[in-house]
Amino acid sequence: MAKTVAQINEKIKKGEAVVVTAEEMIQIVKNDGAAAAAEKVDVVTTATFGPMCSSGAYLNLGHTKPKIKLGGGRTTLNGVEVYAGFAAVDICIGATALPEEDPKNKVFPGEFKYGGGHVIEDLVKGKDVKLKATTYGTDCYPSKKVNTFINIKDINEAILFNPRNLYQNYNVAVNLSDRTLYTYMGTLMSNLGNANYCSAGQLSPLLNDPFYKTIGIGTRILLGGGIGYIAWWGTQHNPGVKRSEGGVPLSPAGTAAVIGDLKEMSPKWIKGVSFQGYGTSLALGIGVPIPVLNQEIAGYTAVSDSEIFTNIVDYSKAYPQGATESLGRVSYAELKSGKIKISGKEVSTAGISSYSKAVEIATELKEKIIEGDFLLSEAVASFPGPDSGYKFKPLKTREIKGGE
Amino acid sequence: MYSQKIVLHFPYTLVDKPIIYKLTKDFDLEFNILKAVVNPEEEGLMVLELKGDEEEYKKAIKYLKDSAVKVQILSQDVIRDEKKCVHCGLCVGVCPTEAFEVDQKSREIIFHQEKCIACGACVGACPYKAMTIKF
Repeated sequence: MAKTVAQINEKIKKGEAVVVTAEEMIQIVKNDGAAAAAEKVDVVTTATFGPMCSSGAYLNLGHTKPKIKLGGGRTTLNGVEVYAGFAAVDICIGATALPEEDPKNKVFPGEFKYGGGHVIEDLVKGKDVKLKATTYGTDCYPSKKVNTFINIKDINEAILFNPRNLYQNYNVAVNLSDRTLYTYMGTLMSNLGNANYCSAGQLSPLLNDPFYKTIGIGTRILLGGGIGYIAWWGTQHNPGVKRSEGGVPLSPAGTAAVIGDLKEMSPKWIKGVSFQGYGTSLALGIGVPIPVLNQEIAGYTAVSDSEIFTNIVDYSKAYPQGATESLGRVSYAELKSGKIKISGKEVSTAGISSYSKAVEIATELKEKIIEGDFLLSEAVASFPGPDSGYKFKPLKTREIKGGE
Repeated sequence: MYSQKIVLHFPYTLVDKPIIYKLTKDFDLEFNILKAVVNPEEEGLMVLELKGDEEEYKKAIKYLKDSAVKVQILSQDVIRDEKKCVHCGLCVGVCPTEAFEVDQKSREIIFHQEKCIACGACVGACPYKAMTIKF
C-alpha cells in the first residue's frame, strides 16, 4: 500500500516510524523483497561528505555609523576577496576565493593555505573574522572605509547557499601522463599511479533516488549539521545521461542547489580544505531523507555499490581538453576494494568523499527522525527528469572582433 | 637482525665528513637512504634505515651523537591529527610505501606509522592539513 509524506510524518511524531540508512536498506530488500520492505520501512537516510567547490555564504553585516555601501568597492574577510555587488552590506564569500597576495600556482604546486572555505569554517567556529573594505562615498552612504572584526553571532544573516552540490555519480580520475598532476580530484601520480573517485556510492542521496521522485525543490535536509533545504536543481544538472537498467546514471548526472542557516551549522560538518596545486574548497556533510512511499522507491533505495558504475577519465588530457573519452567503466564495489585494473595495470584507488563520515551523517539523520526532531517535507516542484531534454551545455566561445 | 628507521640532522660543518661510510665500516651496519636533503651552508637532513647487530647499532648511534649529529627515531616524526582527519583516502594513493590502508569494514583510514618513510607526500596531498611532518 502506498504511503504519503504526511502519513510518514504522523508516524514520526508518534515515535512509530521505521527509519534505516541506505546501507541497511540493501540487506532488508535483499531479504524481504522491495514490496515487503516498502511496508516495513518508512524512511531511508542517505548522506555524503566531501569537498564541494560550488559553495558559498551570503552574509548581511548590518550598517555602520555613518553608513557605507560596500557594493562597487573592494571587500575582504581575513584577507580573502568577497563579492559585494549587492545592496550596501550584503556580501557573498565563495569557497574557492583567495587572498590577493596568495602566490597561487606561481611556485607550482601552490599550497593554497587559506581561502573562502576556511573563512566559512572560521565563521561557523564562532571565530572573529577581519572585515576590511574600501569603497566610494555617496550622499546616502558617506563612509569610504571600514576596518573591523565581525562575528557570526553579531551579524544579521549568514546563509550557506550552494548552487551545485550532491553530484549524482562522478568520474574516477587518473593520470596517463609522465608527470604528477595536482587537481580538484587530489594528487594524481604519473603513469596510472593511482585512481581517485568521489561519491558515497550506495549512500549517496541522488543515487538512491535516480529519477528524482522524492528529492526535489523544498526537500528538508541536514546541511552542515543544521537544517537546510533543497532550493533548486543544481547548476550543470544533466539528467539525460546514459543509465543502467536500474536507472542509475553511468556518469555525472543530477545535482542539487542547497540552502541553510550557517549559524546553525557545526564545524564538524563544514570544513575549509586546501588542494595542492588547485586551490581551496569547502568540505561539507549533507544528509537527505527519502520517504519510502511505495515499492518502486524501496527498490531504488536498495541500490548497492556493485550496481553503480562510473567512467575512468584521464585528467592529463581528456578532462582539461573537454573530451568525453572513457578509459573504462568500474563499479563502486571495485573502487572500494582498493584496486582496479586499467588497461591491464593494477591501480590503487582512493576516495575523496569520506564514506565513514557519510555513514555517520546518515546515522545522525536517522536518529533525529526516530527521536521526532526532524520531519520530512514534500517537494513543492520536481527536478527536470531524464526525459525533460534538460542538458549541461559547454560554453561556445565566439571571437569578439575589433575588441579584446 | 635489528632494524630501525632514523632521522639525522647534520650541522653544516659536518656535511663534508664521511659519517654514513663509518656506519658500515666501523659498525657493520647496512643502510638504506630513504630521503636526503643537503643544502650548502644549511643543515643536512637524512632519513635512513639501519640494519645490523643491536649492540653495534647502539654504538653507532653514540658515535653519531658524539659527532654532533642530532638523531631521532623516525616513527615520531609524521603525525596524523585525528581531529582533522575525515578518513577520505587522498593520502592512500600518493604514499609510496602503502603506509595507509582502508579498513574494509569501517572504511576508515589506518595509518601504519612503521611503514612510513617520512617522504611528505601525504602532507601536501591532505586537503584537511591533518598530516604534519617534523624533523
